[in-house]
Amino acid sequence: MRLEIEITGKTFKSAAGGTHEVLAPMKFALQSGEVGVLIGPSGCGKSTMLRIILGLDRDFDGHVARPPEARIGMVFQEPRLLPWRSVEQNVRLAAPDASDAKLSELFRILELDAHRSHFPGELSLGLARRVALARAFAVEPDLLVLDEPLASLDDALAGRLRDEIATLVASRPMMTLLVTHSIDDAIRLGDRLFVLSPRPARIVQELTIAIPRTERGEAELARIKAELAALQLESK
Amino acid sequence: MLRPLSFALFLAIWWIAALFAGGAKLPSPPVVLDVVIAEAASGALFLHLGATLARVALAFVLAMSVGSAIGYLMGRVKLADRLGDPWLILLLNLPALVVIVLAYIWAGLTEAAAIAAIAINKLPTAVVTLREGTRALDRSLDEMASVFAMPRWRAFRHVVLPQLAPYIAASARSGLSLVWKIVLVAELLGRPNGVGFEIGVAFQLFDTPRLLAYSLTFAVVVLAIETALVQPFEARATRWRPRAA
Repeated sequence: MRLEIEITGKTFKSAAGGTHEVLAPMKFALQSGEVGVLIGPSGCGKSTMLRIILGLDRDFDGHVARPPEARIGMVFQEPRLLPWRSVEQNVRLAAPDASDAKLSELFRILELDAHRSHFPGELSLGLARRVALARAFAVEPDLLVLDEPLASLDDALAGRLRDEIATLVASRPMMTLLVTHSIDDAIRLGDRLFVLSPRPARIVQELTIAIPRTERGEAELARIKAELAALQLESK
Repeated sequence: MLRPLSFALFLAIWWIAALFAGGAKLPSPPVVLDVVIAEAASGALFLHLGATLARVALAFVLAMSVGSAIGYLMGRVKLADRLGDPWLILLLNLPALVVIVLAYIWAGLTEAAAIAAIAINKLPTAVVTLREGTRALDRSLDEMASVFAMPRWRAFRHVVLPQLAPYIAASARSGLSLVWKIVLVAELLGRPNGVGFEIGVAFQLFDTPRLLAYSLTFAVVVLAIETALVQPFEARATRWRPRAA
């Protein structure tokens, strides 16, 4: 399975009547088993790109080729859980075909066992994010989209959750698209990094990390980080 | 604890007022209770109460279901909103009496005319409330349902309906009181039974105890419906909200 994105432009009209260019022309593709990362400053148009890729925004110039039968699992920036349904119901409603064993495993990995019957309003942000992750993985997605899944969590928790995401991503082949502004998250989770410019967003650098995720030690990570910094300097 | 106390206060004020006003204008509680018991024993009370309740139930269900559907449509579809809005304003401001009289003239003094007239009176407020509720729906949850490819019916039941529940409850509560006020006028003008008909008879005879006996019994029934049906529905619909400390 393959996701191909070719955007030739996206503008929107402001209330004052002016038109603003949000996305510049860009083109990239993602294969099954790959984790693509979009890194860019906040407000650069990453969320707009995601909405286009997911089919929520059809008002753009260009073309997105997404296999029509591809199941999508999504972790939104705000968890977007149904406040009136329990944690377990939230997951089951999105993934009615998931088996009990599969759900139990997910709840165990994400440490949600004790919270199955809680309502989202009773959870902390960190827990709510995990429920959103459980929901996204429960559908056994072909395309997994993670929009800043670790934002506004403290470092220790973000690190643990990042490891959990890595475990889950490795558990089955799928196309994963991660949006983040954290270089650390990007180099630990990603296979291919797309560095975006400020608005209107375009891809200024593309970097492929050949070392498998599990074999990246601190030394390699530091080297990739330096390489990325050098690339960014070059492009300026 | 407070509810019975408040009820006792109501009885006390009534009783004292009855002492000042005299039995012809305002009979005391025991006199009214005697009439209630006599009417209940003859079966007339239940006949009239039943007739009125059946009309309330039919008109209420009709107005709520049609009104909610129209309100949802107007909240979702801009064109429907713009087409329907003038009608809505007309209906909202049409006096109940006009609707009832016209219904009886056009459709005869029939049961269908009475129920339709009552339902038409309630309809616009249901539309307005549900349209408001639909406009307040959380779009980000709609997007979530669409990304996860939830089938329409499942998304409506689990994503949309819980958000509309407080509006439906509010509309049901205000609707019940509206329907109960209007049903009596419709019965007074053109039905041969029901609480409204009995009140019409009592008015012609200036029979205040009878008038109070029927209207208070009906008030008790409405209170029971509110406590037994509307409030539990509301509590269930909002049980996910964290309780206020």
